[in-house]
Amino acid sequence: MESFTPLTAAIGGGLIGLATAVLWLGNGRIAGISGIFGQLLPPAQTVVWRLVFLVALVAATFGAAWLFPGLGMGGEVPAQLVAAPASWGVPTPVWLAIAGLLTGIGTKIGNGCTSGHGVCGLARLSLRSLVAVIVFFSVAIVTVAVTGIV
Amino acid sequence: MASLKLPYMATAALSGGLFGAGLYVSQMVDPLKVLRFLDFGAIPSGGWDPSLAFVIGPAIVVMFIAIRLGRRRDAPLFDSSFHEPEYRRVDGRLIGGAAMFGIGWGMAGICPGPAISLIAFMPDNLWIFLAAMFAGSLAGSVIVPSGHARRLADAQ
Repeated sequence: MESFTPLTAAIGGGLIGLATAVLWLGNGRIAGISGIFGQLLPPAQTVVWRLVFLVALVAATFGAAWLFPGLGMGGEVPAQLVAAPASWGVPTPVWLAIAGLLTGIGTKIGNGCTSGHGVCGLARLSLRSLVAVIVFFSVAIVTVAVTGIV
Repeated sequence: MASLKLPYMATAALSGGLFGAGLYVSQMVDPLKVLRFLDFGAIPSGGWDPSLAFVIGPAIVVMFIAIRLGRRRDAPLFDSSFHEPEYRRVDGRLIGGAAMFGIGWGMAGICPGPAISLIAFMPDNLWIFLAAMFAGSLAGSVIVPSGHARRLADAQ
């Protein structure tokens, strides 16, 4: 598989933009996944549409993988998450649990993730989102460099 | 309340569907692809994969147009008002939260959207990541004081 894939990346980006546009113009909601995911429990009174959105998201991923096998994931090679860097001596499940915990806390406190701040926030010309994107993007780059996970 | 009507739910389903398809087609679902994009240290050796830089541009352009179209209306099609985030201040919570998320993203190559869409493939250990992400999100709402939490929630 070719590793440089700007065309499919741009098409996929356009689809993601369309997804956020549909939810905004239809329901007046920001399609930020951490926000949609993070308010699945009461007292949020908006659980139903959030569940509908997330179920559709998983189903469409499955459908797209069936239509275009091997493009993103789930082709001949079974999908897998990354393993913890060997030099750190941390078991992969623990590594992923820490990563998940930080992602959950960080996106709740910082009020958004790649979609909410990155796509919706920047399109709204929000200063908060610009700051958030610069911070999480730089920190992620430094993290990859420091951990040597790639 | 508009939120249980069929057009409203159909819109949520359409949006979620487009989102999932976009995550797959762009290959944002692949954690290793994401990490190779974040691996700027590989630039000198030519091992850097810049593909995912092409995802966010088109996404922002499409959403920017939608925001402009929305500004001409008082309300979206299926609800009484736009739920525009109201909280504007750049504060320590925003920066600290974004930094924590950045560490998590750099450790696993999975941001919240792909975390959910990966359920379609059920890779090993995904449930651990998802459970931890959910627990973290709950913990975050405890850490942020209540009045503030409500304003943040309203702004989402």
